[in-house]
Amino acid sequence: MADESTMTGKDALSRRKFLHESARAAAVVCAGGVGLVALARQSRALPANALRPPGARAEQKFQAACVRCGLCVRDCPYHTLKLADLGAGPAHGTPYFIARDVPCEMCDDIPCVKACPTGALDKSLTNIDDAKMGIAVLVSRDTCLNFLGLRCDVCYRSCPLIDKAITLEERHNQRTGRHAILEPTVHADKCTGCGKCEKSCVLEEAAIKVLPAALARGKIGEHYRLGWEEKKKAGGALVPDLIEMPKRLPGISP
Amino acid sequence: MTAARTIVARHPPKSAAIPGRAARARHGWWTANRFLVLRRAAQLGFLALFLTGPLFGFWIAKGTLASSLTLNVLPLTDPLVLAQSLGARHWPEATALLGAAIVLAVYLVLGGRTYCSWVCPVNPVTDLAAYLRRRLGIARGGPVKSSIRLWMLAMILIVAALTGTIAWELVNPITALWRTLVFGSLFGLWLVAAIFVFDLFVVRDGWCGHVCPVGAFYGLIGRAALMRVSARGRARCDDCLECYVVCPEDHVITPALREGHGPGPVILSGDCTACGRCADVCPERVFVFTHRFDRTLDAAGADGPGNTSMNDLCTDGGQR
Repeated sequence: MADESTMTGKDALSRRKFLHESARAAAVVCAGGVGLVALARQSRALPANALRPPGARAEQKFQAACVRCGLCVRDCPYHTLKLADLGAGPAHGTPYFIARDVPCEMCDDIPCVKACPTGALDKSLTNIDDAKMGIAVLVSRDTCLNFLGLRCDVCYRSCPLIDKAITLEERHNQRTGRHAILEPTVHADKCTGCGKCEKSCVLEEAAIKVLPAALARGKIGEHYRLGWEEKKKAGGALVPDLIEMPKRLPGISP
Repeated sequence: MTAARTIVARHPPKSAAIPGRAARARHGWWTANRFLVLRRAAQLGFLALFLTGPLFGFWIAKGTLASSLTLNVLPLTDPLVLAQSLGARHWPEATALLGAAIVLAVYLVLGGRTYCSWVCPVNPVTDLAAYLRRRLGIARGGPVKSSIRLWMLAMILIVAALTGTIAWELVNPITALWRTLVFGSLFGLWLVAAIFVFDLFVVRDGWCGHVCPVGAFYGLIGRAALMRVSARGRARCDDCLECYVVCPEDHVITPALREGHGPGPVILSGDCTACGRCADVCPERVFVFTHRFDRTLDAAGADGPGNTSMNDLCTDGGQR
């Protein structure tokens, strides 16, 4: 039988050993954790050309909800959706599509959203026309054939919401002086971001591109009021007895 | 006496016979390899369920091990992935919650880390590394605590909460490899190659036995799981140590095999992956699959079971 002091010494030694080994394990794991945090934060940034499936929650929320099972990818009948490999841009294993490769065909029954088991794709999206995968922007007015005065119109014709999401706005062609320019004009409130326009653009590099909403749209300050709309709401001018200002155009005497 | 045996047990002699050879000589090839064969069949079978769709257009199981849908009716979701999602403050939809409940229930019956040795696609890779390690006589390797995986488990849940994303799934080699196999993305191969090299040259059973937080999670389930391996025939044990050599978690054996080291013959540690390799290689047929409440012991000198099988789980097979 060992005497008491030896036992205490042994206990102290094993306790010290235990604490030391635990601390070492914790340190190693912490280092790994820091790396994982860095990777996770970096993976939050979605490349501008990578689009999420319809109904996808905002990127941060999406990455909390998506378990990377690929069920949406499996149920996409047009093989639009892909799972991201590490380094492909979007967070590893998450679904995305590149409009220029394969755009979203905007199925009426939205099978990808139905397939999602976690709610990363929001089932409250029931009408595909309400999808907001991104917003098309005519980014390159100097190369767009319509802006050069030709009648390409391909993006306009291919838009599933033709005359709603993309319209052709007529203006004078100042270069020739006697023709029209029909500007493809995207209406952000209607555009679903399906990417058909970007896919169909005939240029080598598309002049119209679908961008994430955060990149594509400005936002008016909350306190701004549009006078003409307020006027309509109020049913008349909001400022009574508006003072007529003097006309100051040259050659016009007051 | 038993203490001395344990010390020997922790250091199997280098000259130990190739495990399984004696069992094969006495009981035939099938008996000495049946659980190994069944496990490989199960692993390939689960993979096949996911591959019939992409290869032949006949869909049985869709998705990955993170979440899947079988025959369009059975949803299954990895509870750990869902726990991370909850940690990242997302409340999942009913399908995922139901799927995770089913998986939890199944593993509470079938034994926690059975996932590791019967389903996980990384297992054949780490088994190969362990096999090569034995054959090449590579020493046991660096002092890495196996409790590190519990720290890992805590870490990935904390990181999910900190970053608000299911961060572990960015690097989880299990689902990455599954995506490689059924979706064709390539990064999973690099991860698994790294694990293979780590297991072969750095730490024996390094990934599955020390690091993997998924295994740690299923190990926690295993602590309460019904199906267990029992050293029912421990009276016949002749200290050949082959079970210790093949076991990827050899610390779980002693409490069950050595009288006085644990509460009974059943391996109760959640670390046991129920791979059944001990039952394969034991020439004395000591180990059987049973349930955790089965405390029966074969009488000393009794013959080995005529047909040790999974049936023992459902019958009161110890009453012989």
